[in-house]
Amino acid sequence: MVRRKMNFKDIFLTTLKYAILILLLFVFIVPVLVVFFAAFKTNAEYASTSVLTLPSNFLNFKNFVAAFTEGHMLTGFKNTVIILIFSLAGSVLTGSMSAFVFSRFKSKISKVANFLFLVATMIPMISTQVATFQIINALGLFNTRLAPIILYCGTDIVSIYIFLQFMENIPVSLDESAIIDGANYFQVFFKIIFPLIRPAVATVLITKGVAIYNDFYIPFLYTPDQSLLTVSTALFAFRGPYGAHWEIISAGVILIMIPTLIIFLALQKQIYNGLVVGSVKE
Amino acid sequence: MEASVKRKKFSISSLTYKQQKILISITFLFVPVLLLILFTYVPSIFMFGYSFTDWDGISPTKNFIGLSNYKLIFSSPDYFRPFIVSLYYIVAAFIQIALAVCISYLISFRCRFANLFKGVYFFPSLINSVAISFIFIFFFRPGSTLDTILKLLGLGKYIQLWLQNPHLINVSLAFVSVWRYIGYDIVMFSAAMQSIPTDIIEAAEVDGANRFQQFIHIIIPGISTILKLLVFLSITGSLAAFEIPYIMTGGGNGSMTFVIQTVNFAFQNYRVGLASALAVILLIISILVFVIQRIVLQSRGA
Repeated sequence: MVRRKMNFKDIFLTTLKYAILILLLFVFIVPVLVVFFAAFKTNAEYASTSVLTLPSNFLNFKNFVAAFTEGHMLTGFKNTVIILIFSLAGSVLTGSMSAFVFSRFKSKISKVANFLFLVATMIPMISTQVATFQIINALGLFNTRLAPIILYCGTDIVSIYIFLQFMENIPVSLDESAIIDGANYFQVFFKIIFPLIRPAVATVLITKGVAIYNDFYIPFLYTPDQSLLTVSTALFAFRGPYGAHWEIISAGVILIMIPTLIIFLALQKQIYNGLVVGSVKE
Repeated sequence: MEASVKRKKFSISSLTYKQQKILISITFLFVPVLLLILFTYVPSIFMFGYSFTDWDGISPTKNFIGLSNYKLIFSSPDYFRPFIVSLYYIVAAFIQIALAVCISYLISFRCRFANLFKGVYFFPSLINSVAISFIFIFFFRPGSTLDTILKLLGLGKYIQLWLQNPHLINVSLAFVSVWRYIGYDIVMFSAAMQSIPTDIIEAAEVDGANRFQQFIHIIIPGISTILKLLVFLSITGSLAAFEIPYIMTGGGNGSMTFVIQTVNFAFQNYRVGLASALAVILLIISILVFVIQRIVLQSRGA
């Protein structure tokens, strides 16, 4: 790198740059931080102190307990975990199997299916729910966990492309040498290709997992039953009964963010990579 | 007995590789394609059909009413207003992209703690949409976060009813959308900027190009593909704005978006025919934007 002497102008610009970046940190942190403070305040304390004041006792977990039990957040976490496990397993299987056919066989079936997926990228999921709802209803899946699970598995095109991109980089000669050794195509997929696409599996699990965890629209439409609430719809239900209890709503908000924060801190690199890979489909 | 022994002996390996290919294509693609057709194509076709009827979503009869739903949408300002609301989101999306490019430039070159900045800016795009909505209902509440900060800075006279004033509400909501998604853009842009070879930048520096010239002539062309992609994504995203305004305001005080209106008609007012017509319009616009995107990206991509 060309090292230049720092003159006055450079020092000024560098200071300005960090001033802007630090100011922005506040823009992103403060709205969340005040909610974090509120979650530890008692109702009386919340009413009497400024939002920027620290709570008197950071060990006051009463609001969290209320959010968890009375607020049905526990039900929400349970249902979200169930939905996550099944729809992630489903997406990884369907996504990697379709990608295998698209990348290895250039037959007519493969081409037609690939075309169907490509055209579908144009159709925004959100716009077709009016009619999708009728189909889910007709199949008897309304108010069952199967509705979100099937929809999350079925409407996913981005993960196919993540797998496809990865498989294109696995040399076909590897399949061929396995076939010479007497393997059939099922074995090629499950014993050779699948273990090699583990990084892509991780990417799909993370990006898709976050998307499902955060989704509000699908559980809101398809599983309104109280016993089937997910984290999103359980938190949404706080609006009515806790409208005047912002300290409890705040606790719910913080609870829902904790798993996300842990995943982010642990898997930052993979998340960034996943975004970049997922965006450059085709 | 004999037959069952034969069955056992049958295995995939006994098929020719051509037969295996067909068998695998069918078994591997059956479920994904079935789901795709059942939950993407069939609904699109049904929706198109419903849009010419007065169906309420429950009764067994649907009456064909031709283009009446479409005429109603385009002739009455009430149904048309959400298009204007989405302009707020589109303008905000452009501001968001411009800001994101600048911020990415600041953190991508010679920046200490770049990962910390990027991480904090990006984290909101991972937060649950209901949580974000509550965070900002709280933020904008009278006497809450924003008002307290304004007072602290001596700007108390600028305090407004951020979510009650129909002239401000869409600006407030669009701000939330920028807050949420800008980090995503920053991650994408900074990945693209880091893939620009450093020797090009160094050569420009040796030739005496200043930072601004480098930015215009090297950085912007270097990220142009991802820039165009994000512009188009944000247009479709703006038209489909739903979760945050729905949770924060329910579409009240003039914040009705296209999708909130559609959802309300379909699931509250039992006017599935009309809702379908609205959804078909959104679908057509999305396809148009997509086609334009393909043309623009391909013409330069070669």
